[in-house]
Amino acid sequence: MKLLKLVPDNTNIHFLRWRVPFYIGSLLLMAASWGLVLTRGLNLGVDFVGGQMVRVTFQHSAEAPIAALRGEITRLGYGEPIIQRYGQPNQVSIRMKLPAGADRDPALSDTMARTITTAVKADHADARIDGVDAVSGKVSKELGWDAFKALGLAAIFVAGYIWLRFEWQFGIGALLSLVHDVTLTLGMFALTQMEFDLNIVAALLTLIGYSLNDTIVVYDRIRENLKKYRKMPMPELLDLSVNETLARTIVTSLSMLITLIALLLLGPPVIFGFTAAITLGIFVGTYSSIYMAAPILIWLKVSSKSFVPGEAAGDIPAAAKR
Amino acid sequence: MLEFPRWKVIWLWLVTLGFALAALPSMVDLAGYRWPAGIYEPKVNLGLDLAGGSHILLEADPAQVRTQRIEGMEESVRNKLRAMAQPVRISDISNNNGTLTFLVEDPGKIDAVREAVLPLTNGAGLTGKRDWTINVLDGNRFVMAPTQEGIDQAVSQAMDTAVEVVRKRIDALGTKEPTIVRSGATRILVEVPGLQDPQALKNLLGQTAKLEFKLVDGSANPSDVAQGIAPPGDEIVPYADVKPGQPAPKIAVHRLGGIRGDELTNAQLSNNPQTNAATVTITFNSDGGAKFAKLTSANVGKPFAIILDGKVLSAPEIHEAILGGSAVISGNFTTDSASQLAISLRSGALPVDLKVVEESTVGPDLGADSIRKGMIAMGVGTLALAAFILVTYGRFGVYACCALVLNLFMILGAMGIIGTTLTLPGIAGFVLTIGAAVDAQVLIFERIREERHRGRRVVQAVEIGYKEATRAIFDANFTNIIAATLMFAFGSGPVQGFAVVLMIGIVTSVFTAVTMTRMWVAQWLRRTRPAEITI
Repeated sequence: MKLLKLVPDNTNIHFLRWRVPFYIGSLLLMAASWGLVLTRGLNLGVDFVGGQMVRVTFQHSAEAPIAALRGEITRLGYGEPIIQRYGQPNQVSIRMKLPAGADRDPALSDTMARTITTAVKADHADARIDGVDAVSGKVSKELGWDAFKALGLAAIFVAGYIWLRFEWQFGIGALLSLVHDVTLTLGMFALTQMEFDLNIVAALLTLIGYSLNDTIVVYDRIRENLKKYRKMPMPELLDLSVNETLARTIVTSLSMLITLIALLLLGPPVIFGFTAAITLGIFVGTYSSIYMAAPILIWLKVSSKSFVPGEAAGDIPAAAKR
Repeated sequence: MLEFPRWKVIWLWLVTLGFALAALPSMVDLAGYRWPAGIYEPKVNLGLDLAGGSHILLEADPAQVRTQRIEGMEESVRNKLRAMAQPVRISDISNNNGTLTFLVEDPGKIDAVREAVLPLTNGAGLTGKRDWTINVLDGNRFVMAPTQEGIDQAVSQAMDTAVEVVRKRIDALGTKEPTIVRSGATRILVEVPGLQDPQALKNLLGQTAKLEFKLVDGSANPSDVAQGIAPPGDEIVPYADVKPGQPAPKIAVHRLGGIRGDELTNAQLSNNPQTNAATVTITFNSDGGAKFAKLTSANVGKPFAIILDGKVLSAPEIHEAILGGSAVISGNFTTDSASQLAISLRSGALPVDLKVVEESTVGPDLGADSIRKGMIAMGVGTLALAAFILVTYGRFGVYACCALVLNLFMILGAMGIIGTTLTLPGIAGFVLTIGAAVDAQVLIFERIREERHRGRRVVQAVEIGYKEATRAIFDANFTNIIAATLMFAFGSGPVQGFAVVLMIGIVTSVFTAVTMTRMWVAQWLRRTRPAEITI
């Protein structure tokens, strides 16, 4: 039986030859992402800014009458809504800031939600209210802070773990590559203005996990080769390690993409943004394991010696060491 | 590595099939059928985002508990000093600024007062501190302040009571399987599956239902009352009934000497036979009835105010002593609001006001749609992936696919056994886990391929493949566990559901991908002893 081989055996691609331009490119992309996040901003969901979101499906319309809705809701006097399509063209989410004073008197925000849903149902006979979310300002601040803590701690713990299992240089490399992945994903959200809610933070955490998965596989091979080929120059050894794991990297990334694309195209529209974030993460994660995590080891002067102590002790008689 | 003792094989299959079979009830359920009753049914619960329903987060204000405690202490101190053998006169009582202060007019009685007041304070739980501090300033001014420990304990007790009250009220609505739990120090999380319009629920939970009967001070100057200036010993209470655009009418009542309406045995919706207006009939217990009888018989001919949550419902004149232990409350009720008040009074007053700080309601159609689409995506994704793995790894791919399917069943089974909740991101977690589970297989198979190229013999190559790949698999999955744990710790409902699927999925996928496939491969190798393998 002939099996499918996506990557030929014994590839020898000089990935690391282009490390400097790629590094500069990555850094520029990261800077651009930050620039986008700072200038355009993220389209934060009610989880993080407080307010209300009403999801509506227009059952008998091909497309949701977004412009008409905007006018109708603005006329209710609660300010301008943010109306966005999600999933099908006939499904929208309508977001509103909480009315002034709602923190003291929650009844105000209830009234607003009811006024809006009643108005939408009155103006559009086929409107089906699929959900109402309301988050107070105080809770949204906590959620934002919790999300930030979770991401920060995940980065630190994971980098710490890698430091423990490998060497400190590897920890820094892993940290750098996951900062890169998260930054680029944030940049994409700033660029596309997809809604950024709590689910997306879960996606970022997942992405951190899987991007590291990739990094670790490459690192594991680097460590193995460092012990095996003590004399080999570092760039060559990194190229060898990346090439040796290349088949695995491609097959795994493809496997993930197959399931993710199924989820993107056929899955529930409510989690489209979530899936999109992870899908992007697979690409940047794979890239960053090769071009962010590996080259930094050269600059941080990793060498066989980093892993020798244990073996050196075996080579040299204990007495000779003193 | 070819040696797999029989007991180990049996044991591995038992574990695998045990978890996998536990998934059946959940699968039957998700497919929309009913699992026969009476058979062990470890089922996953569907999260609100899938099943539809309401999620409401209520919050209490600790400052309110503090105020209540200070007011309660004021009353206790007054009663205590009045009841002493030689009553002590105190004056200049103030409960502002978070402390209770009063002057003892006879400096010689300072110690006696301290002696009398001290038993009113208690230890604050297990903290080793007292719940109040007592200080004497300038020789005769008592300053009593609740300690933080005391407040914390009081808040905690109030929240426990509040949870009970909330539970009683929700049960009275007849909704099924509500979840009511404390969340943090001052919050209560309420989840009611299937509830579509949470308005009635929110109204019910927003009503503190503190009922009071206080005597109206007829001598108060009406213009002072309108401006909110209370005569000494009085307080000004607004009417509940406000005409739009007008200031609420107010009334002056005696601050002390009223009774609380919390000693009830029953509260029922009733009708005024003359006007047919909705009213609430309350029945006191024997203690409450006696107090009510005493209040009414001592004040025949005077008006008294019926106050609910700090607002006057009505202020009727007491025509005659009410001795029967029951009373009818009228106000400007609709049938709905009267029956809601009856429920609230029956379940008891909330010890603190609760505010809705977060709400999320999902319609049933959206949830059903999500389940259907999630299942389709999972099915298509799994099939496409299986095809890809089969053409890439041949016989080994078959093992990998078997491991994948078993893995799916095991995750669902484990979730059912633990009784966790499947949420919408959780479905995505499933799909992701499938992808990630393949990674472990790929690492192993690629390594075997590599070792074969280096010229190792089949058995050796397989052995080294498993051994070398396992290290990277372990490290990689451990970092995923870290990420999932943090997600669980800091996330809320749906995100936690995702984290649970990830955590279980990581464990089962490593188990199926590493241990189970290794067993199958070993059995095959031992049976056929091939000189060459296609991988």
